[in-house]
Amino acid sequence: MNLEFSPEELAFRDEVRTFIAENYPQDLRGKQDEGDELGKEDFLSWHRILHKKGWVAPAWPVEYGGTGWTATQKYIWSEETARADCIRLMPFGLAMVGPVIYTFGTPEQKAQFLPRILSGEDWWCQGYSEPGSGSDLASLRTKAVRDGDHYIVNGQKTWTTMAQHADWGFFLVRTNSDVKQQEGISFLLINMKSPGITVRPIITLGGEHEVNEVWLEDVRVPVSQRIYEEDKGWTCAKFLLAHERTGIAGVAASKRGIERVKSIARTELDGDRSLLANPFFKRKVAELEMDLTALEFTELRSLAGENAGKGPGPESSLLKIKGSEIQQRLTELSLEAVGHYGAPYFRGFGDGDNEHPIGPDYAHRTAPTYFNARKTTIYGGSNEIQRNIIAKMVLGL
Amino acid sequence: MDFTYTETQDMLRDTLARFLADTYDFDKRQKMIASSGGRDPGIWKGLATDLGILSAPFSEEQGGLGGGALENMIMMEEFGKVIAIEPYLQTVVIGGGALKAAGGPLADALIPEIIAGNAIIAFAYAEPQGRYDLANLRTSAKKDGAGYVLNGHKGVVYAAPWATHLLVTARTGGSQREAAGVSLFLVDAKTPGIVRRDYPCVDGFQASEVYFENVAVSADALLGGEGTGLPLIEQIVDEATVAVCGEACGVTRKLHEGTLDYSKQRQQFGQPIGRFQVLQHRMADMFLEVEQIVSMTLMATLKLDLPADERKAAVSLAKAKVSRSAKFVGQNAIQTHGGIGITQELAIGHYFKRATMIEGQFGSADFHLDRFERLTLADAA
Ligand SMILES: Cc1cc2nc3c(=O)[nH]c(=O)nc-3n(C[C@H](O)[C@H](O)[C@H](O)COP(=O)(O)OP(=O)(O)OC[C@H]3O[C@@H](n4cnc5c(N)ncnc54)[C@H](O)[C@@H]3O)c2cc1C
Ligand SMILES: Cc1cc2nc3c(=O)[nH]c(=O)nc-3n(C[C@H](O)[C@H](O)[C@H](O)COP(=O)(O)OP(=O)(O)OC[C@H]3O[C@@H](n4cnc5c(N)ncnc54)[C@H](O)[C@@H]3O)c2cc1C
Repeated sequence: MNLEFSPEELAFRDEVRTFIAENYPQDLRGKQDEGDELGKEDFLSWHRILHKKGWVAPAWPVEYGGTGWTATQKYIWSEETARADCIRLMPFGLAMVGPVIYTFGTPEQKAQFLPRILSGEDWWCQGYSEPGSGSDLASLRTKAVRDGDHYIVNGQKTWTTMAQHADWGFFLVRTNSDVKQQEGISFLLINMKSPGITVRPIITLGGEHEVNEVWLEDVRVPVSQRIYEEDKGWTCAKFLLAHERTGIAGVAASKRGIERVKSIARTELDGDRSLLANPFFKRKVAELEMDLTALEFTELRSLAGENAGKGPGPESSLLKIKGSEIQQRLTELSLEAVGHYGAPYFRGFGDGDNEHPIGPDYAHRTAPTYFNARKTTIYGGSNEIQRNIIAKMVLGL
Repeated sequence: MDFTYTETQDMLRDTLARFLADTYDFDKRQKMIASSGGRDPGIWKGLATDLGILSAPFSEEQGGLGGGALENMIMMEEFGKVIAIEPYLQTVVIGGGALKAAGGPLADALIPEIIAGNAIIAFAYAEPQGRYDLANLRTSAKKDGAGYVLNGHKGVVYAAPWATHLLVTARTGGSQREAAGVSLFLVDAKTPGIVRRDYPCVDGFQASEVYFENVAVSADALLGGEGTGLPLIEQIVDEATVAVCGEACGVTRKLHEGTLDYSKQRQQFGQPIGRFQVLQHRMADMFLEVEQIVSMTLMATLKLDLPADERKAAVSLAKAKVSRSAKFVGQNAIQTHGGIGITQELAIGHYFKRATMIEGQFGSADFHLDRFERLTLADAA
């Protein structure tokens, strides 16, 4: 057991660093520095570069387009991309439906969808939640009725992230109401341009348009777009929930977040010293470092288990709970650090007047980001649900 | 000891509550915030003329109802319950408070205008480098003949876009963080040389960056003594801080009640989510925090008249507690709502935003605990 990188791993790290330095899109970097909201093309620009290099899906098996990296190499990759503040690619294709398709899909489905996920040609969204079915996902009511070689789908999904850009969505639908809830659900891939689909925006607290309502009215979906067996969609859904272990903790991104908080606090004044020199503030940063390190090594232990062939287990709940709490605390500290300048609301409000600036640039989105980060303990299985899972699956209660 | 409100105080609360229930219906609030100007000036006029209650904390000689800090607290709590964006804190509590304390011809002239709803005052005190330190000032007021010339930059001045007057802290002497040399001015917002950049705030208020570029004011703009204004400023900021605590009573009460209601309606797993014990305990904890906010607010309100150091210690304990509790209540209100809590559509998120801004207003929990320690635990240094 040791923590050192081997010479090969160090060489790999240098290769990654050089690649990012030479290839990360400059205008994307600029937008990130300005705190601009990022659009579809921004995400795709980095996605395409990684695809060209063959590095877009490190988690996938090589035969489907993965990199064949070891767990350590994957770790180095996520560390380096975070260190360089690269945007995180949209997870819906690469991290969610992709693995479901290569695990449960037919050869035709794999051939049709996987290359276009890798290339970024198709933008995916996740149609699970419904107005009446959030934490209790299995109670979902969107109905798919068989009509020859099609399903006719009717119902409403909600909280569908980035559906406004999506070409395809993966949906959980009810195909059988006469059995136990979990046993009557199917997993469908639906073209978002199909007649009968309406996408309506939901605006969140920071003014963002991230999530949507998706209405389905008599949407015809070829049976060939069902993944796995009819009524067995819950198997895919559960696989997906447990599968997405790497990255769920957001360790690398939070490390970058701590650096950002420190840099703000170094610039902010507190009397004749920097805010970072304020003992109360400094202690909160140290406590975050403590908790983040605990999370990092928990994740590393968990990854080591995965390498040793143990399937992902309920410890992903631990990573989700602690990871999301840390993300929230980071936004809390940033907001605290900028003092009065957390209040101005910049959405749709250009800051063109350089002679009379409205506080420092780094302050501009601290409050909206803090508000927005409340989502991290709600989505992807709320933290209460994750604790229920631990109580039941780990503690046997 | 007596914690009961007088009949007049109860009436004040009821009158205001009734008025706000109608004018501050949530949809109306959102519409007025989105409108140009970001407010409905008719509401302020209504408070002044229909209700006549902008006079509540002024003495009878000043044309007021003879109230004080308790009346401010009551009104701020009601404003908090509807997350009102009226400039009551800035105009009546702070502006009115400064004028009451300073007295003189300017006070005699302006207090009736406040009561009539004609004058709106914004408090230009914070500076980009100063954080919550009231004496950390670069804005200068240089003696020029009989008057002064102001130069400097004030940040995030709430209600400034609407203001007829600005209450400004500035240095007439001393070095950047010195207690001596601080003065307080009340200036007409239209005085040449005042440059404003207006913007909306995340909690629905409007604010400005206010730049003073060779702003000439007359000698009677000075409130209190030249260079000895800090104690007066500290006093009115303490009064304002307690008023914000009062607002927090209303804001957090609604956060708690809204969450409780929602938990009874929202069904998951075949039952109202309020049946889950983890949420029950959380809502019980939220309730405990709201009750403590109310207690601390009352404590500090009743101690505003004590000698300065005791007053400051009490206000700091109250504000530190309120900041922490407001965060707890706000965050847990959103968490208990789930996804719907982070949308613009529901009122709950807007209460959360205001609660969040209250946390830092006139000093964070850290700032106030530190001030408390310096006042009462100096021997532990
Ligand atoms: C920003 C954002 C993006 C999202 N993106 C997507 C997406 O792309 N696709 C998608 O399908 N969904 C998405 N979701 C939906 C997300 O998965 C749900 O919000 C989540 O499952 C919670 O459901 P809910 O919002 O209905 O809350 P509810 O389930 O109504 O929960 C309300 C509260 O009750 C608690 N609770 C519920 N049941 C229990 C219990 N048994 N014990 C204890 N406490 C309980 C919850 O933890 C929560 O605190 C997104 C949500 C958000 C906020
Ligand atoms: C110092 C001391 C002095 C005492 N003096 C007296 C006395 O003078 N007279 C007298 O009659 N008794 C006395 N008690 C007993 C006391 O009232 C009991 O200890 C108490 O009621 C808890 O009961 P228990 O110890 O059996 O714990 P349990 O009831 O077995 O509880 C164990 C744990 O489970 C939790 N728990 C139980 N039910 C629930 C629930 N529904 N939901 C969530 N959590 C739950 C409890 O909170 C506790 O954490 C005393 C106890 C102590 C420690």
